[in-house]
Amino acid sequence: MSVIDRTEAASPVTTSLFIKILKFRELAIVVAILLVFALTYFKNSSFASTASIQQMLSGPAIIIMLAVGETLVIVTRNVDLSVGSVLGLSAYLVGDLFVHYPHMPVVLALLVGLLIGLVCGVVNGVIVAYARVPALVVTLGMLYIIRGIDAIVVNGVQIQPSQIPQSFVNLGSGTILGIPILFLIAAAAVAIVGYVMRTFRPARDLYAIGSNPEAAVLAGVRVPRRVFSAFAISGALAGLGGALWLAEFATVASTAGSGYELNVVAAVVVGGVAIFGGSGTVLGAALGALLLNTIDQALVASRVSSFWNQAVAGMLLLVAIAFDRYVSVRAEKILRVEGAHRGDA
Amino acid sequence: MERVQTPEEATSRDGSAAAGDRAAPLLVVDGATKFFGPVKALVDGSITLFAGEAHALLGENGAGKSTLVKILAGVHLADGGHITLDGHPVRFTNPIDAREAGISVIYQEPTLFPDLSIAENIFMGRQPLRSGKRIDRAEMIKRAHEVFVRLGVPLDPNRSARGLSVADQQIVEIAKAISFNAKIIIMDEPTAALTEVEVQRLFDVVATLRAQGAAIMFISHRLEEVFAMCQRVTIMRDGAFVKTAAVEDITIDDIIYSMVGRDIVSLYGDHARTPGVTVLDVEHLTREGVFTDISFSVRAGEIVALAGLVGAGRTEVARGIFGIDKLDAGTVTISGHKLKTGSPLQAMNAGIGFVPEDRRQQGLVMQMAIDRNASLASIGRLSHFGIIRQASERKLASEWAARLQLKFGRFSNPVMTLSGGNQQKVVLAKWLARQPRLLIIDEPTRGIDIGTKAEVHRLLGELVEQGIAVLMISSEMPEVLGVADRILVLHEGRLAAEFGRDEANEALIMRAAAGQMKAGVS
Repeated sequence: MSVIDRTEAASPVTTSLFIKILKFRELAIVVAILLVFALTYFKNSSFASTASIQQMLSGPAIIIMLAVGETLVIVTRNVDLSVGSVLGLSAYLVGDLFVHYPHMPVVLALLVGLLIGLVCGVVNGVIVAYARVPALVVTLGMLYIIRGIDAIVVNGVQIQPSQIPQSFVNLGSGTILGIPILFLIAAAAVAIVGYVMRTFRPARDLYAIGSNPEAAVLAGVRVPRRVFSAFAISGALAGLGGALWLAEFATVASTAGSGYELNVVAAVVVGGVAIFGGSGTVLGAALGALLLNTIDQALVASRVSSFWNQAVAGMLLLVAIAFDRYVSVRAEKILRVEGAHRGDA
Repeated sequence: MERVQTPEEATSRDGSAAAGDRAAPLLVVDGATKFFGPVKALVDGSITLFAGEAHALLGENGAGKSTLVKILAGVHLADGGHITLDGHPVRFTNPIDAREAGISVIYQEPTLFPDLSIAENIFMGRQPLRSGKRIDRAEMIKRAHEVFVRLGVPLDPNRSARGLSVADQQIVEIAKAISFNAKIIIMDEPTAALTEVEVQRLFDVVATLRAQGAAIMFISHRLEEVFAMCQRVTIMRDGAFVKTAAVEDITIDDIIYSMVGRDIVSLYGDHARTPGVTVLDVEHLTREGVFTDISFSVRAGEIVALAGLVGAGRTEVARGIFGIDKLDAGTVTISGHKLKTGSPLQAMNAGIGFVPEDRRQQGLVMQMAIDRNASLASIGRLSHFGIIRQASERKLASEWAARLQLKFGRFSNPVMTLSGGNQQKVVLAKWLARQPRLLIIDEPTRGIDIGTKAEVHRLLGELVEQGIAVLMISSEMPEVLGVADRILVLHEGRLAAEFGRDEANEALIMRAAAGQMKAGVS
């Protein structure tokens, strides 16, 4: 058998190609955002006005907040569809608190929102991670349950702008050095969670779980605990998002945040987070939200019927998923061919 | 279950004479038991490992090997028995316990994270840290690189695990084991999906590990490899220890006898067949960059083997014939009828059955019931105005279950509850129920234990007796030599040689497969 024993065992496989493509992915979204911006600017120069740009940053801030949490969940090969409802409930309850205690400090209000979301997230997490019910079903159920609770609590009595203290509303409409505060908060969440996701073991466990759940168990990853945490954090961020919603709009009906979950999932997927888990970044998800919102505004500025907004968003979603599929098939093929050249005689 | 024990076996219980002059054993498992409800998975799991040895654990499927391995891996908790590691009694309640005690298991199906880098795959859950519990990536890459240098394997720790060949995936698993400083590395059928070259590389890696003082426990159905790589073997049967012996003191026949508890007169019976009319005629088959100008025929009542190295295009030719992949040129004729290429449905209707290489992914719907799987290819015949008659489905399944001697609980059980050999029988039943003229079978006995292997071979023999033509792809040389009437050897997508049963031998086939021989020169 010496005949076949002539492998070239020397040259190492130098392929960080896949990683390159993933980095390229985030760059691609930035390029897309700039492209949309430039094209719209040529049609309508007011698109580059300060107000318009501020709107481009503050508009997607809440979605970004939710997308950050959603990314953690989707990376583990789960999904959280309850974020829109959680946002709505938290927005109303924090508003209601202001009605009763108008002098509540801003930070406390945010904290309360976060806690309300955390409670919802904990419920999701316990049922998904420990009772092992599929996340799609659990969070879809929670979507309706929380929305129902919301309707009962609101009971037709909306929160009015006059009931929210100015200091809190400033959070939603104010700027620091011209940058909307809402955007700064969202950016801080992206920066912190993004750093954590790269740097700490428990966060890397999330990727392991989504990439290969069985292997994660064998590698000693505490799968239930990590999945639970992902849902808890997603809930908490959705709750915080609710408080921010109150700050931005200062009025809350029982329908606040309806349908947000789909916008959030769309942003995450457009941002390059694999819907079946294992890969993607918080930054990508945030950029995805930014892109979708920019397109929305661009269509308005170009006086295209708002009817097209959702169609474009949907198309982008399909393009993103098709692109992912294409990239992973291509990359796998390239890597396989290289492997074959090395392994075969 | 009573252990069959002869005096000779009794003496070899705690290692053969060859082990007598060695240091104290690294690992002793004595009489481990495991029950799953009323099912006795393991009644007497016993094995002794010494540092620096490669030790094969042999037995048919269901002999309790996997259960024993899982106990050592901390996946199952033994119900009884003793395990001592370095002289200390141990008891693993989870995989981390076992790992920290120095036992690493490399499973048959590699357990990697395709989305993560190779380095992170190796260090998942114990990435090197710097201040503030932050992962030190540079250090992680450096350490992974060091492990690969130690193994003498060129893999880039930075690349993602996606798209790695099975062989490279196993190397990553071994790297993982080494990075734990594992003293005991258990490999569950590591060579099942490897080419000869890759197997050789694995052997080299194992030799390196032994030299560094690790003990290797090796599970394989390929006895040739066991003899090539291991110093001692332990044989199990029906969940119980049978014997341990040094490879010098035991023959393949002894091993087979101990494993199955009966003589298999010859693994491959002698047979002289008279083939009938031509069933399959393939002319100038070409798929750009995959295979070129392949022409051959298969007659009724004969088994033709396609041999060659992995990557030579064997499976691809079969897929081309069956119409899964499009052909660029060439014709496929079945019993005089030219097939429209690129249509599996037409190939099926023309009487071709195709048993794919990967039965979990391509041959079966693992979660679906046994009878449903068996009837999957015959649904057209079993249904009435588009409605499947369940009774006929069940009838078909029970008929074939009896003919193929399928071992199963209930027809409604998912097919994944069956052993590998029995799964393969279900795939066979699925195609045989259509009464094919030609059966294409890719790696008929991969991952199947030796007793069932012989049964599959016997079945193939019976099928050709009944006039079916069989085209078999196999990487196992004994199987090719023992089962086929004619052997076609592919080399880099071209037909390199054809041998009759009488003229073929391992050396000739290997030469042809390696491209050392021109077509027709046999």
